[in-house]
Amino acid sequence: MMRMRARTEDILPFALLLPSVIYLGLLILIPMIQALLLAVQADNGTFTTEFVDRMTGDVNFSDAWRNTLLLLVLIVPLQIVLALAMALLIHSRFRGHGIFLYIYAIPLAISDLAAGILWLSIFTERGYLNTVGQGVGLIQTPPVYLSFENFGGLLAAIVIAESWRATAIVMVILVAGLQLIPRDYFEAADLFGANRIRRTIHVVLPLLRPSLQSALIIRTIFAFQTFAVVLALAGRNLPVIAAEAYNWYANNRNAHLAASYALLLLALTIAFTVVYLRVLGLREAEVKRA
Amino acid sequence: MRQSSGLRALGIAGALAILLTACSTTGAPTGGGAPTGPTATDPGKSFVFASTQFSPVTEQEAMRKKILANWNGASVEFITDQEPVIIDRITVESKAGGTGQIGIVGLENGQFGSLVAANYLNDVAKVTTRNADKKINSDMLTLGKFGGSTQLYVPWMQATYFLAANKKALQYLPTGADVNALTYDQLIAWAKNIYDKTGQKRFGWPVGTNGLIHRLLQGYWYPSFTGGLVTSYKSADAVAMWGKIKELWQYSNPQSTTYAFMQEPLQSEEVWVAIDHAARLINVLKAKPDDFIAAPAPAGPKGRYYMSVVIGLGIPKTTPNQSGAENLIDYLLKPETQITTLRENSFFPVTDVQMPADLDKGLKLEADAVAKQAGSKDAKVVPLPVGLGAKGGDFNTAILNTFQRIVVKGEDIQTVLNEQAAIINKVMTDANAKCWGPDGTSTGPCQVK
Repeated sequence: MMRMRARTEDILPFALLLPSVIYLGLLILIPMIQALLLAVQADNGTFTTEFVDRMTGDVNFSDAWRNTLLLLVLIVPLQIVLALAMALLIHSRFRGHGIFLYIYAIPLAISDLAAGILWLSIFTERGYLNTVGQGVGLIQTPPVYLSFENFGGLLAAIVIAESWRATAIVMVILVAGLQLIPRDYFEAADLFGANRIRRTIHVVLPLLRPSLQSALIIRTIFAFQTFAVVLALAGRNLPVIAAEAYNWYANNRNAHLAASYALLLLALTIAFTVVYLRVLGLREAEVKRA
Repeated sequence: MRQSSGLRALGIAGALAILLTACSTTGAPTGGGAPTGPTATDPGKSFVFASTQFSPVTEQEAMRKKILANWNGASVEFITDQEPVIIDRITVESKAGGTGQIGIVGLENGQFGSLVAANYLNDVAKVTTRNADKKINSDMLTLGKFGGSTQLYVPWMQATYFLAANKKALQYLPTGADVNALTYDQLIAWAKNIYDKTGQKRFGWPVGTNGLIHRLLQGYWYPSFTGGLVTSYKSADAVAMWGKIKELWQYSNPQSTTYAFMQEPLQSEEVWVAIDHAARLINVLKAKPDDFIAAPAPAGPKGRYYMSVVIGLGIPKTTPNQSGAENLIDYLLKPETQITTLRENSFFPVTDVQMPADLDKGLKLEADAVAKQAGSKDAKVVPLPVGLGAKGGDFNTAILNTFQRIVVKGEDIQTVLNEQAAIINKVMTDANAKCWGPDGTSTGPCQVK
């Protein structure tokens, strides 16, 4: 009887995991492997580098690569800093901090394409920005921000729109992280006479590192996938890797090339995640202490 | 103990069963249909009508509530999606065998390619024969055979591309130019004149991600300047044409690379003059019919070429209700249904119908422009690319990239044409596509000369 119970309890966790494993296997793992094969396998089943070669030789490839990294470098640090400021503001629990939380969280409810179109209606030649500018007499003739000749303008518009759209998710993670820090630490810091800034640097930031790490990983993955906002604001002018994958699949009906781009995205995402885990990862000693 | 572990196992098995059933049950179509085959009184199984057209929500609603209002056959669920999604769904249903859910499909002529190549469609000659009295446009019927003898779709409705202009722009027309019989040179002079007089670049191109610039090049610029498309891709005429496009680009709104539907910049007046698909101009013409004119596309040295877009109805071999789908085609070809389709969703009839007198002002503008374009002395019609099948996307991309490199990035015209011509030749060979339309005919794959 005892042995029986032991065996059941050994098996039970696996049995409980089984449905989700089957689910992930059927709907995530198998399609993923199929997608990988698409990138390296021709229609007749032979393995080939044709698609990867075509991808690297494509007119937009080097631009897509450059723009994706450029957006990553511009957007992620900006968002982390903004989100940290927002999270600290909310965490300070001043009167009415709840309202800020709601306002900050609004973009979370909006799809990325909708956000892109929203910002397009602001930045376009006859958009809200120029209309208001003209209305108050700031500008005479409306400038064109989203011109193909104006790479800086396009980039700035995308960075602003993306930061507006996706900073909230980082903030939510950081607010949750802040709430996990025991009050005792703050009291101890106060006791030793630390001011707000010192408290933030020496107590909050180190203890927030696990949340920062998750936020960075999630944001970086999202930044690689940035796509609808770019399409809405820049059209074909600012190719990024995710948009190329979409274009090759949806518009050009070439699943092989789309898969090659997806493979590239996967490789980049894995590389960055490994770097984050190494650099920001909790060392074993810290885990034990915690 | 034994019992409890048995219960657990049962519970898990039950959960699994629920999960698996959930996976296998896809959205059941609305409305009821009898489980057995159709008879005279029984309309038969319900089916899905999948279409790449009418994707805006208002058009979908018009289709379901107005165009299909008097349909009393089997229950039909009308859905719209992008071409790849519908093609994939039919492909999957066909590969799965048996009957699927999609009973009928409404696609552009060019979008049928991969379904035709894979042999997923039924012969619909029976339907065209019994609708002979409706006088379906015979050129379009021929297109629906894809160069073979089997009728693979029945023409459903049609559209074309033409020029729309804000009346504010008319005062800047070059002297002697008739807006209803423009040449491309006059169009360039017009855009330049607007720029010189107002300092604003008011011509617009649909070069955004979902824009149809490739169609304008395939059906308008290329044939009008070179008399061909593929065969003359890098000819001296083509080099001259790209020079003209670059000239016009100088006076075009630099936001053109974000425009997909020209009605939007036309309505906001970022653009005064543009050429686009009828369905992508109709909103502005309906909203401000008194502020706009619609006119035929310009003419080049080789004529006034324009593209005719045919939307067809095909029946997949996996249809759950063959006769129901055939009856639906009969219904959609009725004169009153064709007119409702025009009124509600701005697509023109393919049958011989009398236009009603009380047509919406914007639609009237379009109908007149379409008639003037087709009736111009130098008018020549071009179909959407034929026979490319799944390679259609690669062909469009090669042309888009040519535009991108020459016009947007300013690369050398002849160099780009030579390089892109090599890509086009490979696409033609891979697809084994013979020449079509302005390129004439060929025995082997159509090649750049």
